Amino acid sequence: MSTVLEYHDLTVAYHTRPVLWDVDLSLPDGKLVAIVGPNGAGKSTLLKATLDLVPLSSGYVRVFGTHYDKARGRVAYVPQRESVDWDFPSTVLDVVMMGRYGKLGWFRRPSAEDRAAALDALKKVGMNSYADRQISRLSGGQQQRTFLARALVQDADLYLMDEPFAGVDAVTERTIIAILHELRDAGRTVVCVHHDLQTVPEYFDWVVLLNMRLIAAGPIEEVFTTEHLNHTYGGRLAILESAATSLLRRNRGART
Amino acid sequence: MSETLLTVLAGAMVLGLSAGALGCFAVLRRHSLLGDALAHAALPGVCLAFLLGSWAGFDPKHPLLLAGGALCTAWIGTLLILGITRTTRLKQDAAIGIVLSVFFGAGMVLLTIVQGMGNAQQAGLDKFLFGQAAALTRNDVIVMSAFAAVVLGALLVFYRPFKLLVFDAEHAASLGIRVKRYEVLLVTLMVVAVVLGLRTVGVVLMAAMLVTPAAAARQWTDRLGLMIALAGGFGMAAGAAGAWISALEARIPTGPIIVLSATALLLISLLVSPRRGLLWAWVRRRRNRRRVRVENLLKDFWRLAERDNGYGRPRALSDVMAVRGAVSRAVDDAESTGFIRKAGTQLQLTDKGLMRAARVVRNHRIWEAYLSNRLDLADDHLHRDAEDMEHVLDDEVIEQIDAALGHPAKDPHGRPIPRGAPA
Repeated sequence: MSTVLEYHDLTVAYHTRPVLWDVDLSLPDGKLVAIVGPNGAGKSTLLKATLDLVPLSSGYVRVFGTHYDKARGRVAYVPQRESVDWDFPSTVLDVVMMGRYGKLGWFRRPSAEDRAAALDALKKVGMNSYADRQISRLSGGQQQRTFLARALVQDADLYLMDEPFAGVDAVTERTIIAILHELRDAGRTVVCVHHDLQTVPEYFDWVVLLNMRLIAAGPIEEVFTTEHLNHTYGGRLAILESAATSLLRRNRGART
Repeated sequence: MSETLLTVLAGAMVLGLSAGALGCFAVLRRHSLLGDALAHAALPGVCLAFLLGSWAGFDPKHPLLLAGGALCTAWIGTLLILGITRTTRLKQDAAIGIVLSVFFGAGMVLLTIVQGMGNAQQAGLDKFLFGQAAALTRNDVIVMSAFAAVVLGALLVFYRPFKLLVFDAEHAASLGIRVKRYEVLLVTLMVVAVVLGLRTVGVVLMAAMLVTPAAAARQWTDRLGLMIALAGGFGMAAGAAGAWISALEARIPTGPIIVLSATALLLISLLVSPRRGLLWAWVRRRRNRRRVRVENLLKDFWRLAERDNGYGRPRALSDVMAVRGAVSRAVDDAESTGFIRKAGTQLQLTDKGLMRAARVVRNHRIWEAYLSNRLDLADDHLHRDAEDMEHVLDDEVIEQIDAALGHPAKDPHGRPIPRGAPA
């Protein structure tokens, strides 16, 4: 098992307010990793720091053992759905093709192969009949699946996703989790910012508990404990109770 | 056609084309106000270039010299706005407000100084405020065309990175596109497009040439490429119309007429464009209301028929209208659509009407069954919701729900759920 992501002494600040503080972390490959923590804990920022989208106050990030610039061909990013204006004049297929532009450069016309890859990705997310749909006429779940398809055509080894399950319907949630498992089983690494503590043990292998500082990181069974969650969320016991219950449920299921 | 008119026409069209095409990116990136600020920020540049020219002994009103000055200050103003937004806590609208007024104020002061110089050359510099197309020369138009070629060429070359930048800058950056560099390039092109129109439209109104054709084009298409082409076309049409109309009468100013022509195109687009147009939205709403009215009448008919199992029987108009006060307009609509036959005061459902009535009643009752079964709503909460949904649900959804519920025979109130028209 080799290390995909390595953070050392990572500190990120917006203006003077620190968002991430002194984070030391490494993530192994072939895992489905959830980044969990309260609002404003720096979860999205951790992804953005990985992608070199925000300046670091100190420390470094290594992606596949090198700087992101050199590894970018192996990384695909799925930003938060709300971060773009969906009234942009574009079709679903158009947006998915954007995932190929990194390899196509400025001019090269998309080949039949690129098109086939885009349609294939749309099929995987259950959107093949929406290829020519204007993106403003998609539901939230369909928007999310379009974004996922755009990442899939990048054919990456590492997928970074910012809240892929936020505000999506049940069908979309099932589709996404099936694809994430498929990616993991093919040896890819997937890192998701995740909000729903209940589903963490069910969906993911690894968890990173974050609240500006790194609280804990590791396999769910070892790290996703009430004590650590308590630490991460302060005193919000109601959530923790239910999350712990679902962990127990999973463990019980694993033993039978 | 006179030489002057041809020159003005050509200039106005070149200006409309480049500003319209580039304006698409400004509008989609929500940089419309930035265009206004940088147009105003061009004024001090024009005056400074003139002062520099007269001091150094050049022709102080050479179009290239003045355009160069305008480019400089407009560009500085724009970078200042981007810089302020990026490095301080001020939001972009505040930065735009500050830069616009400071630069425009400085421009006005310089303009006053220039006009006080008593230099015969200075006459006409104030025309940069609102533009004066009639004064365009062949040389001006050649310079304008060169600038326009640069802008449109760059747009073509960098189309893909610009598109990615405008839609999703963070994803673009993750692909390795140098987002900041392209952002500066994009606003630089905006500066060029604005400056090439200053002589014709003026600093005060130039932003309209960026925004208006693009906003109009957005109404007609959902493709970025087509939107850009359309906006360029609209800009050109507005330029041509403005030049033409102002040539009819000596005292009509060209710049404002160009802007008004573009606005007219925008208004037409907002009204009549398919899908997004207000007129079609109104027609759709009206058609919808009419359908709801008719379907409600058919449903009333059905409920009467259910009492005595006489679905095809003629009924007195007053009986149908008494069920819950259907309006006579609904009766007329239903008759003209072929759902009912009217003979004197007697109404009768046609076969078509019977089918539709069965469908509406079925939708209503299946939806009620679904709400009560799956959402555990109390019985007295079901009806109002179903009243709306019965007109909206399509057959596919209804069949899905029906199957999920195990094809119930009755709704929660115990009334039968019809399957197709009765024999």
